[in-house]
Amino acid sequence: MTPLRPIIIQKEDNMFRKTGLTVLLSLALTSPVLAETLNVGISAEPYPPFYVPDAAGAWSGWEIDLMTQLCDRLGAECVVTPIAWDGIIPALTTGKIDMIMGSMAITPARAEQIAFSDKYYAAPTGLMTQAGSEITPTPEGVTGAFIGAQSGSIQEVYANKYFADTAGAIRIYQNLDEELQDLASGRLDAVIGDSLAMQPFAQSDAGQACCEYKGAVQPDPEVLGYGIGAGLRQEDTDLMARVNTALADIRKDGAYQQITDRYFSIDIYGE
Amino acid sequence: MFQSIDFSLLALTAPGWGGALLNGFLRSIQLAAGGYAVGIIIGILGASAKLYGGLVLRDLAEIYTMVIRAVPELVLMLLFYYVGTDLISRAAQAMGFTGFDIDGLLAGIIVIGLVQGGYATEVIRGAIKAVPHGQIEAAQAFGMSPVTVMRRVTIPAMTPHAMPGMANLWMIATKDTALLAVIGFSELTQVTRQAASATRAYFLFFLSAAALYLLLTLLSNVVLRWYETRARRGMIAAR
Amino acid sequence: MENPTLLRRMMMPHRLIMAAMALAGLVAIIATMQWDWLPAALPRLWQGLQVTLAMLAGSVVTGFMLALPLALFQVMGPSPLRWLSLGFCTVIRGTPLLLQLWLFYFGLGALFAQFPEIRESWAWPYLRQAWPYGFLALTLSFAAYQGEVMRGAFTGVPHGELEAARAVGMSPWLVFRRVWFPRALHRALPTLSGEIILQLKSTPLIATITVTDLYAVTTRIRQTTLLTYEPLLLLVAIYLCLSAILIVGLRWLENRIPTGR
Repeated sequence: MTPLRPIIIQKEDNMFRKTGLTVLLSLALTSPVLAETLNVGISAEPYPPFYVPDAAGAWSGWEIDLMTQLCDRLGAECVVTPIAWDGIIPALTTGKIDMIMGSMAITPARAEQIAFSDKYYAAPTGLMTQAGSEITPTPEGVTGAFIGAQSGSIQEVYANKYFADTAGAIRIYQNLDEELQDLASGRLDAVIGDSLAMQPFAQSDAGQACCEYKGAVQPDPEVLGYGIGAGLRQEDTDLMARVNTALADIRKDGAYQQITDRYFSIDIYGE
Repeated sequence: MFQSIDFSLLALTAPGWGGALLNGFLRSIQLAAGGYAVGIIIGILGASAKLYGGLVLRDLAEIYTMVIRAVPELVLMLLFYYVGTDLISRAAQAMGFTGFDIDGLLAGIIVIGLVQGGYATEVIRGAIKAVPHGQIEAAQAFGMSPVTVMRRVTIPAMTPHAMPGMANLWMIATKDTALLAVIGFSELTQVTRQAASATRAYFLFFLSAAALYLLLTLLSNVVLRWYETRARRGMIAAR
Repeated sequence: MENPTLLRRMMMPHRLIMAAMALAGLVAIIATMQWDWLPAALPRLWQGLQVTLAMLAGSVVTGFMLALPLALFQVMGPSPLRWLSLGFCTVIRGTPLLLQLWLFYFGLGALFAQFPEIRESWAWPYLRQAWPYGFLALTLSFAAYQGEVMRGAFTGVPHGELEAARAVGMSPWLVFRRVWFPRALHRALPTLSGEIILQLKSTPLIATITVTDLYAVTTRIRQTTLLTYEPLLLLVAIYLCLSAILIVGLRWLENRIPTGR
């Protein structure tokens, strides 16, 4: 795990908006001019390898590292703010957070409510099933199956659009971990999820013993979106421009590759 | 088939989750205590509105308690969380405070307090009605202002009558904090869930959290009972 | 007799103005907010409502039947049973329902799945679904709270009445069936409607373990429409109506049962 830089504040939770540490740091680093503070929302539910909390309450992962880089370049002080995923867009529009960096896919429906930066990674949506299962990632292939999807995810929308007629039931979970747990225990026949996010489980001992990845579903960018981007309020156009410049720089000068290499052996940016 | 239970997961320092659990527990208590206090204030105001308020105030208090008692806490909390903090930050912006944002803990306390207030209004209203009217009239006859009457006579006199109801409300407050987990607040239930899904030790963590809640309930019971006897001193024992 | 006064009370000037303001507010809400999703969502809302009501009715009936022995054991049971029921009520009432739900669903459910005997049995198609765990948690919770109420009701029946029943030569079972139980039930009835409303307010918690109740349907609508307030306001309105219907219905029922007073 990389050491934390002083510029990013690991919040223990979303309840103490200004911890003593934040206040101290903002005084020490930036007085007399106060640095811009950005509350960056992630899902309160762990989403490995992009963001996971440890027992001390600190969050780490690919996206947290990227956030550190981004905030560094923005000259802003970022506060990691976990929010229930299904309430994260309201939290942004009502001002509880200033930016979403929680692996949110850029979809037309979401773009009506909030603005998105350029994408910073992309991963296909796929289906994970029990080992030896005959389920395939097509509407006919999931006939009668219990499918798990995460509340508020693009996969939930996809499952409702393509699998609702044929599947036995589509069950909505608060987080991917619990879906995979139920898949392993046989209470689900399939889990629809982000292929990168399901990868750590698929490669774990428990995952290899019980389950297999069945490949990507038929793409539908209307639902599944155009990659993962940072979400901002539509009126914050100035911040948006700065975020996009910083993201482009991170991509260009090798910092992006460096962060990715810590977690993945493949390219996750997409074409 | 039982995996042996790994109690080291409860160690107080990381990688054990014991410390995180205790932190969450502390935060749950803060939320409950804060929300309870807010609830009592709202309750006194609401009960005053219902008993002494004008026609409009009385009806508004009635509508408030009706909504609180009819709509699930979970829904109310979501609504207060979004509407409440949205309205407050908009109002602050309108008054010229830019960049004002609601402290998360404060938001949780307000949300719990608003729910508690509805029930507290009813409890306190009943308790005030149980105070003999002569006592309050006597205080008024001395020329005390309404606030002084409230502070010096009505509240002390109604406390023993309100105690059983208020004790019950405290128990509800401690348990209602768990609902904040659904909104994503990091209190005991939420931390427990994170710990459980990170380690797959569901039984261990859920039972530990249950033990903590139970401990709080039982301790509160003892304290509240002691306070109730104290508040009742000077009252005729059996009526 | 009551209706004209009720009407007159509603016709008080300040109430008329408040009602007009509320109506104006309602019109404003409908006019300025976005409601175009509603027609398409109605069938799903209806299904969710059915799940909510089924869970409510099922858990209240089963829970009440469990509450009786729980209360009786505490009042007159042999001491191991007495302590067991007391402990059960204390634990259930002392911990959050949400935690119990998650313990049953994630803990117990995952445990069941480890046994091939269970996975191959007739019960597995039910046990792999979520609603039995929600039903279990709701039922136990109702039983514990109602058990406490019934315990109070049983102890509250005046001793003289029971002694009188015994004195006329009734057997203990007959005393229970004809005197003790009906008298206790009458004492508990007024609180029953309150407890049922509380139970209705607990049902949305089962949405967190993937049961598609009214609340879960609304959450899904919020996800697809990405609206913050409209679905929540609709949900508040629906629960207000449900509570009102329940209160009126239960009061009607209560009045139909002769209390003997």
